[in-house]
Amino acid sequence: MKKHSFYLLLAPGFLFLLIFAVFPLIMLISGSFTSEGGITLSRYIDFFTDSYYTTILLRTLKLSLISTLVAAALGFPTAYYISKTSINRRGLYIALAVFPMLTSPVVRSFSWMVILGKYGIVNNVLTKIGIIKEPLSLLYNEFSIVVGFVYLFMPLMILSLVGVLENIDKDLVMAAESLGATRFKAFMKVIFPLSVPGLIVGSVLVFTGSLTAYTTPQLLGGTKSRVLATVIYQNAMTLFNWDTAAVVATVMIVVTILVSGIINSFARKLNSRG
Amino acid sequence: MNKKSTGLRVFAFLVYFFLLAPLVIIFATSFGPDKSLIFPPKGFSLKWMANIFKIEMFRKTFLISMQLSIIGTIIALIMGIPAAYALSRYNFKGKNFFNSIFLSPVLIPGIVLGFSLLKYLVIYSKLPVYTSLLIGHVIIIMPYIIRVISSSLSSFDYSIEEASMSLGANKIKTFFTVVLPNIRSGVIAAFILAFINSFNNVPISLFLTGPGISTLPIQMLIHVEYNFDPTIAALSVILMAMTALLMFIIEKTLGLAYFAK
Repeated sequence: MKKHSFYLLLAPGFLFLLIFAVFPLIMLISGSFTSEGGITLSRYIDFFTDSYYTTILLRTLKLSLISTLVAAALGFPTAYYISKTSINRRGLYIALAVFPMLTSPVVRSFSWMVILGKYGIVNNVLTKIGIIKEPLSLLYNEFSIVVGFVYLFMPLMILSLVGVLENIDKDLVMAAESLGATRFKAFMKVIFPLSVPGLIVGSVLVFTGSLTAYTTPQLLGGTKSRVLATVIYQNAMTLFNWDTAAVVATVMIVVTILVSGIINSFARKLNSRG
Repeated sequence: MNKKSTGLRVFAFLVYFFLLAPLVIIFATSFGPDKSLIFPPKGFSLKWMANIFKIEMFRKTFLISMQLSIIGTIIALIMGIPAAYALSRYNFKGKNFFNSIFLSPVLIPGIVLGFSLLKYLVIYSKLPVYTSLLIGHVIIIMPYIIRVISSSLSSFDYSIEEASMSLGANKIKTFFTVVLPNIRSGVIAAFILAFINSFNNVPISLFLTGPGISTLPIQMLIHVEYNFDPTIAALSVILMAMTALLMFIIEKTLGLAYFAK
């Protein structure tokens, strides 16, 4: 084989992505900065001064942050428990976490419509046992979006954490305990710091996933709780306001890259210190 | 186990209950006889299962989704396997750059990618909708192919390859008779993962479907927004059965533990 012929192996896929993914994206982003041949920031000024859009941007960030925190708070202990079980059990737990992950997001969001709906399971149970008289509005608000996001992305958090936790040497904990640390202290001083990489990978996945998800906010959020993704679609396909859709899309890309960049650089700093 | 572990076990159990209960509820309600989704169902009926097959749009979009996902995955494998091979086999300048290009579609929000494809492939370049839909699916599939194939190549012993060539086989023959059979399970797992992700995709398809050409998830999304009957629950059960079958195959080939890597 000639010296550089491996480039031939890369070429088809590389050119395909360059022409059909990278190029349209660059066009979309650069197009949002131009107007009648000149460069302009006016669309961005409009976006950031319009309280309708800034509210949506802040809401999207807030919902993603809450979802990430909840997924971490629920996922960490679960992943820790899984990592301590026997290999066979662990396989079963991983399979049960992977299963929802591979199920259609439409199905998963739909299931929460059935549960949280006006005549859904939660309302039925609460009315029957007499806690409430009138059905609560559990659907089409920020609460239902967060439930949907946590449900959608927690498997990613659990799997990222299990991968890291099961590689932590159990002898370290025993060493800490034999040196007099309590179980809790051994956990905080040994296991938790070593699991931070998994926590960071999981958080990036949950956060960026929530930030860019469409199906869940569309089905569970209703018209009052729009997020960036549903607003891009609405502008592009319902209002035919393509310029605004392009601006929102660009803002979404920048926010996604910024957030994962910040979390990753934070992780690198932690690593170099530890 | 001591007291503290019991608490942890209960916690993990509740989290799994949260993850699985909604799917169980969907499963149960799909067999109910009523027109609305009632849990627990007041009886047993296959009415809604049968109803899926009566709705032509579901039949039609199921076939389109199947076709799109299978063709898309094959195209992505044809371009992705050589690329993954080059990226894992050789060390060269710019390797990281190529690697990040191949994995980049996973970082780009699907909704943004879908919109840019509509704008620049369909509207400006006048590509047919179906072709654009296929291109979009190949793009989102690529990272899965590259990642899974690379990870199975990382455990491949390249000295076997050298042995084959020293015995006179050329590079291409070696690839097909030695390398490919050895990463077979990786290829199968990559195929399945890519297929599932393509089949379930919403954000790309959302922009590129319209009257005439639509995919199953988009059709389901439209149906859910206007009707609230157990048809979607029944359809969900069929999709879950498909997922379970494909997971079983992944378990037999690459192993589900791959997901926790």
